[in-house]
Amino acid sequence: MEGSLLTLAWVAIVGFAVFMYVLMDGFDLGIGILYPFAPSEEARDVMMNSVAPVWDFNETWLILGGAGLFAAFPIAYAVVLPAMYLPLLLMLIALIFRGVAFEFRFKARSSRHLWNKAFFLGSLLATFAQGVVLGSFIQGIEVEGRNFAGTMLDWLTPFSLFCGVALIAGYALLGSTWLIWRTIGILQDWCFRVARRLLIVVLVLVAAVSLWTPFLDASIAGRWFSVPNILLLSPVPLMVGFLAFGLWRALDEGREVLPFAFAMGLFALSYLGLAISLWPVLIPPGITIWQAAAPPETQVFLLIGMAFLIPTILIYTAYSYWVFRGKVTGAIGYH
Amino acid sequence: MDLDPLLLSRIQFAFVISFHILFPSFTVGLACWIAVLEARWLITGKALYRSLSEFWTRIFAISFGMGVVSGIVMTYQFGTNWSRWSDIVGNVLGPLIQYEVVTAFFLEAAFLGILLFGRDRVPRGIHFLAAVLVATGTVLSSFWILSANSWMHTPAGAELRDGRFFVTDWWAVVFNPSFPYRLAHMLTAMFLTTGFVVAGISAFYLLRNRFLDHARVGLSMSLALITVLAPLQIFLGDLHGLNTLEHQPAKIAAMEGHWEGGARAPLILFAIPDNEAETNHAEIAIPALSSLILTHEWDGVVPGLKNFPVTDRPNPEILFWTFRIMVGIGMIMLTVALIHLVQRVRGRLYSPNWFHKLLVGCMPLGFIAILAGWFTTEIGRQPWVVYGMIRTADAVTPALTGGAVLTSLIVFMVVYTIIYGAGTYYLFRLLTIGPARLNDEDLEVPAVAQGHQPKRPLSVPGESIEPAE
Repeated sequence: MEGSLLTLAWVAIVGFAVFMYVLMDGFDLGIGILYPFAPSEEARDVMMNSVAPVWDFNETWLILGGAGLFAAFPIAYAVVLPAMYLPLLLMLIALIFRGVAFEFRFKARSSRHLWNKAFFLGSLLATFAQGVVLGSFIQGIEVEGRNFAGTMLDWLTPFSLFCGVALIAGYALLGSTWLIWRTIGILQDWCFRVARRLLIVVLVLVAAVSLWTPFLDASIAGRWFSVPNILLLSPVPLMVGFLAFGLWRALDEGREVLPFAFAMGLFALSYLGLAISLWPVLIPPGITIWQAAAPPETQVFLLIGMAFLIPTILIYTAYSYWVFRGKVTGAIGYH
Repeated sequence: MDLDPLLLSRIQFAFVISFHILFPSFTVGLACWIAVLEARWLITGKALYRSLSEFWTRIFAISFGMGVVSGIVMTYQFGTNWSRWSDIVGNVLGPLIQYEVVTAFFLEAAFLGILLFGRDRVPRGIHFLAAVLVATGTVLSSFWILSANSWMHTPAGAELRDGRFFVTDWWAVVFNPSFPYRLAHMLTAMFLTTGFVVAGISAFYLLRNRFLDHARVGLSMSLALITVLAPLQIFLGDLHGLNTLEHQPAKIAAMEGHWEGGARAPLILFAIPDNEAETNHAEIAIPALSSLILTHEWDGVVPGLKNFPVTDRPNPEILFWTFRIMVGIGMIMLTVALIHLVQRVRGRLYSPNWFHKLLVGCMPLGFIAILAGWFTTEIGRQPWVVYGMIRTADAVTPALTGGAVLTSLIVFMVVYTIIYGAGTYYLFRLLTIGPARLNDEDLEVPAVAQGHQPKRPLSVPGESIEPAE
C-alpha cells in the first residue's frame, strides 16, 4: 500500500510537470505560430519580448517531464521514446531552431528574416510533433517484455497527424489570449479577432479528437459511455462547454486577463479527459502505472527532494513572472 | 546496405555530447565571473564593472542558449537510442538527473531571465542575487551530472537484480569512488577554460588599444585565476589518475600505451599503438618514469593491456593521443601561469607584447583540453557502459534501425553546423564590438525599479551587431 501511494504521488508529479509544460511552453509556442501573421514587425518584437524572459524557463518543464518519467517510471521512458524516435527528432530540431532564434534574431540584421522563419517554423513543427507524439501515445505502443517492439513508423497514423494539427490550434489559442493580456493597441486588437476564430477551430478539433479516441480502444469507450460513468463524467464535457462560452463572452466584452485563464482551463479539462480515458494505464494499451513504477527506494529518495524543491520552484517562478508583470511595450531587453 | 545501429548511435552520442560539453565548459566559469563582476559593481558602484558584466552577460546568453538546446537533445537521446540503458540504470541515475533538473536547471532558467532583462525592474541587490543564483545553478548542474557519469565509471551502492540495478545506499551512489576527483578535475577545467577566454579577449583589446580599463581588469583577474588553478589542475589530474588506476586499470594501460605492464614501466612520450600487433611502433620512452608517476615508486607495478582479455580492452590507438593532448595543454597552461608571474613582477603585464599574442592564441586551449579529457575518460570506459557490469552493446535500443539513426545523425550534423556556425559568428561579432562605454555619471539615476520602461541609452534594444547590408 505504501508503494502504491508513492506511485500515485509520482503520477501526480510527472503529470503536473507535463501539464505545466503544456500550459507554459504552450503559450510561447503559440506566439511563434501566430508570429508571421502579426500586423507589423514592431508587433513581432513585442510578441517575442513578451516571452523572452520566461521561454527558457517554460521549456525546462519539458526536461522535468522527461527526467521525471525516466526516474520514476524508467520502463515507460525506455519504451515510449524509441517508439517516438522520428517525431521526437523533429521536435528537438524544431526547438533548437526556435530557441536560438530568440537570441540570434536581435543580433541579426541582414539575416533577421531567416531567424523570423526559424522562430515560426520551429514553433509550428515542435507543436505539431508534440501533438503527433500525444496522438500516437493514445493509440498505443507495441511492447514485448520491457522493450518497444514496433517499427520506426508505427506512430504515423491519421489520428496522430490529426492530433498534431489540433495541438497547433490549441497552442495558438493560448498564445493569442496571452498576448491579449500582455499587450495593447493594434496587436491586442488583432489578437482579440484571432482568438475568436481560433476558439471555434479548437472546439471543433477537440470534439473530433474526443469522439475519435473511444473508437481506438473499446476500454476507453467503456470508460466514458457505461452507466454510471456517463453521469459521473458528464461534468467534463459540460465544463468544456461552459468555459468555451465564458471565453467567448470575455472576448466580446474586451476582458484582458480572463481569456487567458479560460483558455488554460480548456487545456486543463482536455488533459483531465485524457487522464480519465487512460487511467491507470501508463503506456497504452497494456502497461499500468503500477507495473512501470520504479522501486520504492528510488521513489522515496526523489520524493524527499521534490517535496521541498517543487514548491520552491513555484515560488520563484511566481516571483520571476511578477518581476516581468504588466504590459509589454516596445522592447524590454538587454539586447 | 548494412548500417549498425550500435556504432551509429555511439557516433551520434559522441557527436552530440562533444558539441554540448563546449557550452557548459565555458558558461559554468562565465556565470561565476559575472557574479564576481556584479559583486564588485554592487560594492564599488563603478560603472566599469557594470559594463563589463553586461558585456559578458550578452556572451553568456548566447552560449547558454546554445547549451540549453543541445542539452535537451541529450536527455531525450538517452531514451531514444539507449533505451536498454534507461531501463537498466533508470532506478539509479534517473533520480540524479531529476535532481539536476529541479535544483539546477530551473534555478538557472528563472534567474537568467532576471539577470538578462531585469536590471531596471529589481533592486541592485536582487540583480546581484540573480547572478549568484545562476552561477550556483551551473555548479549544481555539474555536481549532479558528474555524479551520474562517475557512477557509470565506478558503480557503487547498487546491485544488479534480473538485469537491472537497484539502489542499496544512496550516499554511496552519489559519492561514488571516482566522483570527488572527477568533479574537482572538471570544475577546475571549466574555470580554466573561461579564464583563458577572458584573458585572451582582454589581451586582444590591449593589442588593439581598445577598452583599456576593461581589458586590464579582465587580464589581471583571469591571469591570477589561471596562476592558481593551472598547477592545482595538474595535482588534481594526478589524483584522478591514481583513482583511475585503482578502479579502471585497463583505461590507464591504454592511456599510457602499455601492453606488457609490470615493474619499472617506462613513460612513453611518443608511440603509434597498434591493436592488431598488440605493440607500439616508433616508441620513444623514459625508463621507469611511468611507474614512478602512477605508483610513486620506481619499482611500482603498473597494468598492461595484455593483462586484460581482448574483449575488455579500451582502444589505445585513440586514448594514447587524447590523453597526451590533455596533458600537453595542462603543461602549456602552467607555462602561461609562470610567464604571467614574471611579467607581473617586471611590471609589464599591461604593455602589449608577445605575451598578449600568446594569450590570444591560447583562447581555445581549455575547450580542446576538455574535449580530449572527455574522450579519454569516456572511450576509456569502453567496452562497458557501466564499468565491469553492463556492456555498451547491451545498452542500445533493440528496435532501433540503422536507417533511423543515420537519418538523425545526418540531421543533427547539418543542424548543428548551421546553428553553431551562426552562434559562433554572433559571438565573435559581440567580442569585436566589445563592452559599452559607461561613465559613472551616467549611472547617477538610481537603478531601482521605477515603472517598467527601460530608460537609459545603455539598454537601447534592437541594436544590431551585424553590419548593415
